[in-house]
Amino acid sequence: MKKDELLRMYHEMVVVRRLEERSAELYQQGKIGGFLHLYIGQEAVCTGLISARLPQDRVITAYRDHGVAISCGIEPRRVMAELLGKVTGTSKGMGGSMHLADVTKNFWGGHAIVGAHLPLATGMALADKMSGADAVTICMFGDGATNIGYFHESLNLSMVWQLPVLWVCENNLYGMGTAVDRASAVSQIRQKAEGYGMPNDRVDGMDVLKVRAASEAALANVRGGGPFLLEIATYRFRGHSMGDPERYRKTAEVQQWQEDDPIGIFHKHLRTSGCSAAELEQAEQQAEEEIAEAVRFAEESPEPGPELVFAGLPAEAS
Amino acid sequence: MPSMTMREAISQALWEEMERDERVFILGEEVGLWGGTYAVTKGFYDHFGPERVRDTPIAEGTIVGAANGAAMAGLRPVAELMTINFAFLAMDQIVNHSAKLEAMFGGQFSVPVVIRAVGGGGRQLGATHSQTPDVVFAHFPGLQVVAPGTPADAKGLLKSAIRSGRPTLFIEHATLYQVKGDVPEGDHLEPIGVSKLQRPGGDVTLVTYSKMLEVSLQAAERLAKEGIEVEIVDLRTLRPLDMGPVIESFRKTNRAVIAEEGWGTYGIGAEVAARIYEQALDFVDAPIARVAQKEVGLPYNRRLEQMALPQVEDVIQAVKGVLGWRK
Amino acid sequence: MAEVVQMPKLGFDMAEGTLVRWLKAEGESVTKGEILAEIETDKATVEVEANLSGTVRKLLVEARASVPVGTAIAVIGGADEPIDLAALAAGAQPAPKATAAAPSQAARPPAPASPPTPGAAPAGRLPGGVRASPIARRLASHYNLDLRQLAGSGPSGRVLKQDVLAAASGDASASHVPAAAATEHLPISRLRATIGRRMQTSKQQIPHFYLTADLDAAPMMQARAQANLDLAEDAKLSVNDFLVKAAALALRAFPNLNASIEGETIERHGEVNIGVAVAVNDGLLTVVAHSADTKSLTQLSGEIRGLIQRAREGRVRPDDVQGSTFTVSNLGMFDLDQFAAIINPPEAAILAVASVREVPTVLQGQIVPGTRLKVTLSADHRVTDGAEAARWLQVLRGYIEAPVRLFL
Repeated sequence: MKKDELLRMYHEMVVVRRLEERSAELYQQGKIGGFLHLYIGQEAVCTGLISARLPQDRVITAYRDHGVAISCGIEPRRVMAELLGKVTGTSKGMGGSMHLADVTKNFWGGHAIVGAHLPLATGMALADKMSGADAVTICMFGDGATNIGYFHESLNLSMVWQLPVLWVCENNLYGMGTAVDRASAVSQIRQKAEGYGMPNDRVDGMDVLKVRAASEAALANVRGGGPFLLEIATYRFRGHSMGDPERYRKTAEVQQWQEDDPIGIFHKHLRTSGCSAAELEQAEQQAEEEIAEAVRFAEESPEPGPELVFAGLPAEAS
Repeated sequence: MPSMTMREAISQALWEEMERDERVFILGEEVGLWGGTYAVTKGFYDHFGPERVRDTPIAEGTIVGAANGAAMAGLRPVAELMTINFAFLAMDQIVNHSAKLEAMFGGQFSVPVVIRAVGGGGRQLGATHSQTPDVVFAHFPGLQVVAPGTPADAKGLLKSAIRSGRPTLFIEHATLYQVKGDVPEGDHLEPIGVSKLQRPGGDVTLVTYSKMLEVSLQAAERLAKEGIEVEIVDLRTLRPLDMGPVIESFRKTNRAVIAEEGWGTYGIGAEVAARIYEQALDFVDAPIARVAQKEVGLPYNRRLEQMALPQVEDVIQAVKGVLGWRK
Repeated sequence: MAEVVQMPKLGFDMAEGTLVRWLKAEGESVTKGEILAEIETDKATVEVEANLSGTVRKLLVEARASVPVGTAIAVIGGADEPIDLAALAAGAQPAPKATAAAPSQAARPPAPASPPTPGAAPAGRLPGGVRASPIARRLASHYNLDLRQLAGSGPSGRVLKQDVLAAASGDASASHVPAAAATEHLPISRLRATIGRRMQTSKQQIPHFYLTADLDAAPMMQARAQANLDLAEDAKLSVNDFLVKAAALALRAFPNLNASIEGETIERHGEVNIGVAVAVNDGLLTVVAHSADTKSLTQLSGEIRGLIQRAREGRVRPDDVQGSTFTVSNLGMFDLDQFAAIINPPEAAILAVASVREVPTVLQGQIVPGTRLKVTLSADHRVTDGAEAARWLQVLRGYIEAPVRLFL
């Protein structure tokens, strides 16, 4: 891979990290409301996976979507503005943290009902197949979503109709506060794909280059044949969402995983592959500045007007 | 003007829209090879092919979900739910997704999905296959809910629904499929969100829709022999609700009966009555009466099922009740 | 132990009463003091209480039947006790049991004033209000009809659209329900008949003469407004309260006007009990504010308010309608210039109060707007004469035009 691309990926991961850290602060200041699900620790997944896509490939994910939005090419300022509920946000302030989206960048959202976007993914893939578009729908979801009916119906339907979907499970070992082995009959999510006769793979999610490679292979599989399920083993360093007291896991465990910080791992690798400390520092610095600017932009942006609430609805008769 | 059954009218609407717009396609259980469990899509599979007439597994949530996704991606899916009783399995997709996606993402895309579902009782299918839960869906902003009572309206409203580009639940009634009526030739369209005066009269305003329109018309005929002229307003669309013709009629008659097949508690009648009181209090001469199903799940036994369903006699009694509201 | 309930005597000259309706059915239990029946007398419809607790074993008189005072009308006893009606009836006392205790005072007939008065106790029985459907109200307003005058065909006597339309078009029937007869024949109620009899007698036998005084009402209206600032909504003073008090005080100085004729004697009454005419369902009723000259305005006002409410609801006690020595008849709410009332025998005079009006008056040679009130005294020339009556009016004027005197 070219150095430009590597540095770009590094920069992106840092942007995501800083964005999440800043969002946490803003949430605690009361400037972000509702739920906030941080992606800290999973940066290698969004960067590694989405960097492998072609422009025509769609991405759709669940509610832990800030990193995914950045990886899809949405400017941090528009993400931040949405988090603050401003009209300059990706969804004009109507969606919030869980409903970021930018269809011009082929990012079809952030969805809050667990598993509910999986059928949407089948539908989009169906449309692409029917129109002959050579596009893959990359559908991301967590380990918790693999137990809901939607998961099974969607995987099954995608196989029956041979739809171009890449099912990506970000297995961060916990569905909210429930460990995978307490919720799932099988310990590796990829095993569930076997039940549908679907090709599948599993990769270490803390290493962005491994994720990248596995993703490229998976996408190639889908483009050549039918659906594929890629399980990415990762870990979230913060709680399920802001306010999670994390009674379900030990601090020691978290700390251990943090030693495998994906940014740290990548940093180490880049230093041994021809990137100077200064270059990496510059990337970090840039990221800092972008996030600072994003926050400024968001805070200065106007609120959406009340008329937006009724936009997109059919006119109510008397 | 040609006369045809409701089934034929719906079938024609679908066929014509599929011919007209290649983005339109059908998905649902048994819609293809079987030809539809109510024979609405009979012949479609052979003509339009398996790409555009898709048999699905039994997975209502994903049938509607996939339809939503396809609509987001630019197609015009018409998803069929074998009965509206199964819509509850797709409730999340209908109310959380079809109705909300466009607004939640700030209008970045629309969801031009039509969901056809068959409802109603009277065929001894038992409590879980005989419901009329229309009001539950009409409760949600963002969703259009249409329920025609005549073949002409069925054809015109389904076409309009598909072309409207808005998420729409199109409710058909199992015992209306064979009802015949005149349907105008050609590309017949009826407007969504517009109630219609189906029968003029000066004594009582009778508001109804779907199957109860037929029941109400029969009641009106019998009442006419006793010198009572009932004015029937057919809602046709439950959401958005058009009260215009209802209020116009009520100002004349000052007495109203609302007839629905579903349960009365928290039902269509409750909403229409509330709006009449809000918009025409000065014209009220008697409390508004509601005719509805008895508050039970419909039993299998034929006689008992009919007893639980609102009948012509119930409508007649309700009309006489509001007229006779005196000491 | 079973007891017979008899038609009670509710007035000194009451000979018979009409059982309007039973409030208890045979077999129902009743406690002492509970209302047993409504009985109509010459004066009013009175609620009669059970004088013992037990079970209503027999109702001996049908609703609307008239029976002489003392007649057995019901039996109250134990639930399972054997009842020997004949024995009970034989043992019954002619005097009424202690139901609605009626002090035997001279019965006072109600004081009438002018012709048609609107029913003040309408079918709806809502204080001051009428039950009517919204469209009926709207139409009544449109056709300028008084809802209180319309018979309602709806439940609880509610006035409906067809009732208003029928009244507006003068058509007796405008509905789908089979039509009523075009001409109505109504039995004259007891009350109406009594009023008629008394007024006829009065007009025939009492040599009436009439004096009118045009009072400056401005000071009274001002005093009233000021007093009412401090009074609760349901305790505010009315113009009538002022007139009653003023008349009572004036009567103290003119005992001939507070008198009755007994053969060759003029009986000057010791108390000044002012009768106030109240319009009720079937006609007029006079309620009595006893010793009105001794009570404060607010006291009088409260008393009169209570009397009127009971009268309108058909709940008068005998004391409410007996003992008046002078009557005030007020039709001020009907925008009248003036009127003359008929004396209520055996009283000697009656004061008719018309409407307070804004009219042009002359003040120091200039025509200025004035607030005036015309009152007309009808007096019995066998007891008094013009000069005395005129002086009485002067005194009345003194109180009304300088109302501070009423507060002293």
